[in-house]
Amino acid sequence: MGRLIYEAIIDGILIGGVYALMAVGLTLIFGVLDIINIAQGILVILGAYLSYVLSVHLHIDLFVGLLITVPAMFVIGITIYWAFIRPLRGHERTGMALLASYAVAIVIEGILYWIFTPNYVQLRAPYVTASVRVFGFYLPYIYLYGFALALALVGLIYLMLYRTKFGRSVRATMQDQVAARLIGIDVNRVAGLTFGIGVAVTAVGGMMYGATSGGFNPNSGYDLISRLLAIVILGGLGSIAGALVASVFMLTLESVVNVWSPEWAIVVFYAALALVLIFRPAGLLGRQAVREQ
Amino acid sequence: MSSYRARFVSLAAAALAVGVVACTSSSSGSAGNTGKSPILIGASLSLTGDFSADGQAFQRGYELWASDVNSHGGLLGRPVKLVILNDGSSPTTVVSDYQKLISVDHVNLTFGPFSSLLTAPAANTTARYRYALIMGAGTTDDVFHLASNRQVHNVFSPSLPVKDYLVPFANWIVSLPPSERPKTAAYPMANDPFAAPPVQVVQQILQRAGIRTVYSKVFPAEVSAYKGPADQVAASGADLVVLGSPDIPTVSAFMQAFQQVHYNPKVFAAASGPDGGQEFLNAVGVGNATGMMVPNGWYGSYANPLSHIMVQEYIAKYGGTASDINTDVAEAYSVGEVAADAVKAVGTNNAKIIKYLHSGVTLNTVQGPARFTSLGENPRPASFIFQWQNGHYLQVLPAGAPGSVKILFPKPNWIGQ
Repeated sequence: MGRLIYEAIIDGILIGGVYALMAVGLTLIFGVLDIINIAQGILVILGAYLSYVLSVHLHIDLFVGLLITVPAMFVIGITIYWAFIRPLRGHERTGMALLASYAVAIVIEGILYWIFTPNYVQLRAPYVTASVRVFGFYLPYIYLYGFALALALVGLIYLMLYRTKFGRSVRATMQDQVAARLIGIDVNRVAGLTFGIGVAVTAVGGMMYGATSGGFNPNSGYDLISRLLAIVILGGLGSIAGALVASVFMLTLESVVNVWSPEWAIVVFYAALALVLIFRPAGLLGRQAVREQ
Repeated sequence: MSSYRARFVSLAAAALAVGVVACTSSSSGSAGNTGKSPILIGASLSLTGDFSADGQAFQRGYELWASDVNSHGGLLGRPVKLVILNDGSSPTTVVSDYQKLISVDHVNLTFGPFSSLLTAPAANTTARYRYALIMGAGTTDDVFHLASNRQVHNVFSPSLPVKDYLVPFANWIVSLPPSERPKTAAYPMANDPFAAPPVQVVQQILQRAGIRTVYSKVFPAEVSAYKGPADQVAASGADLVVLGSPDIPTVSAFMQAFQQVHYNPKVFAAASGPDGGQEFLNAVGVGNATGMMVPNGWYGSYANPLSHIMVQEYIAKYGGTASDINTDVAEAYSVGEVAADAVKAVGTNNAKIIKYLHSGVTLNTVQGPARFTSLGENPRPASFIFQWQNGHYLQVLPAGAPGSVKILFPKPNWIGQ
């Protein structure tokens, strides 16, 4: 039993890295724009399909392909922002943004159905099924790479936020949009670029999801969005580090409970969210904590 | 920019979305051109959502049948017209779909949706209107034993009852000489009414035969829930794994996890997934598919004259080869065949159709003969077990049956290990 628990903890940490890659974009967008991007799930799947096309049709390695899919998703993100989110103003903005992003999700899903059909596909590469043995435990390369990528991406986003002029503009916008405008920050530009970055990061999460999920189709985004929302709420809406910590925490918890009862594991996932929010309503690293950083 | 424009943009986006949904939520078959009023047949199918792959295959099956019937003059001299609504894989929507089909569209007959999760509410709803529900999927005990079906007896399925799917597999394991027979078995099952029951039946049979169960747990049918159970099965070192899987991703995820920890069972059977033809091969690779076993009630090369004709018609209409045809197509097509026989015999009155189908009559379908019990099951004595062997999907059980080849046993190791 002890060995199974250790194995479950390792699984949870590594899979948590994959979920962090998918959740970071969602929380970054909320942090700056104060909107929940319901399309995040389908954007993950779109990222997975882009990797699939490069891998199957152009024989480009999954990780090398990110050099193409990340910029492509950045452009898609900017386009979505300028076409659907930027025009929204006033008190109804948050609700309208939910509706608009849901519409975007449905349109993208329809296009993916049209191009790829509902048939399941999977991203394949030799390192997806290979593993390295450490202290008697098999650690799959794909999860190790994914976890390293999650840490690197979170680090990069932090560097961007705290070591660049653009990052200062982002943080100022996160704290107070009106004040940011008054000191000369082009809030629309900051918001657009942030939305683009949030969607671009999703390309990495999509690739990892496509390689580790066993298969995906255009509908798979719906399975993801509730989990991603739970993760970013637990981590604290707007907190990048919170998304990583919450992903690892929740997936590890779920994985450990899985040893005794797989059926209860998913219940515990959401029960943990409710329990933590009772004591920390802003999440593990909620908005207040983020602003104090 | 004014808030009016903002509203306009958002509402335009919403309208676009609704338009997309509307485009995918209605469909109808051709009604032919005989001048007589058509026989309306209603069905709710999962054209989007979790079951969309199967739902769309079912749609092709229904439409192929309607097209065939209409090309031969229709039924009772009247053309057949399908009214298909999209339930989005939602058990709630399926209820309102059948209510609309019966009370608004006034369909003459109802065909079933895909998945037991949807057939149960569909059966309840159609029973309230005393309509027969002829269905090709969702053949679980939960559906047949519904209180409404025990009262109205309106459910009929020409397809094999789910719980019996893996019985030939279990019997084969029991028939192995003791020296070759697996000693231990693992039964991971997805929480799905289609996936778990056949595995539970296998477990009962193998336990009675002395094969020790080392793992038997139900896990949620969620992507993040697969790796844990898969690792635990691998840690158990079971000789035999019978996976209660509802789809390809579940099997693929287990196979991937097994490869990652260098675990290869002697026998690996799954309730569903490996029957997905090329889609399955694309997901797991030809080499790793070899040795995988799966039950099925029908396959493209099934030696049945009606099936042969349907296969040719399918290829003519949709292209591809016999092995590309999803079993869902045959299951849906056979629903139409049962309905056609009933309508020809007693007309479109549902009470008479229900009475006729319970009369003990044997009907011929692309899935073989259909004869219904009092609860509408078609208890055929056997199903087929298939195994992937070097990229070929081959019938291996029942042993000695026409078309069956030798089973690859033990399963070869994963590629690259």
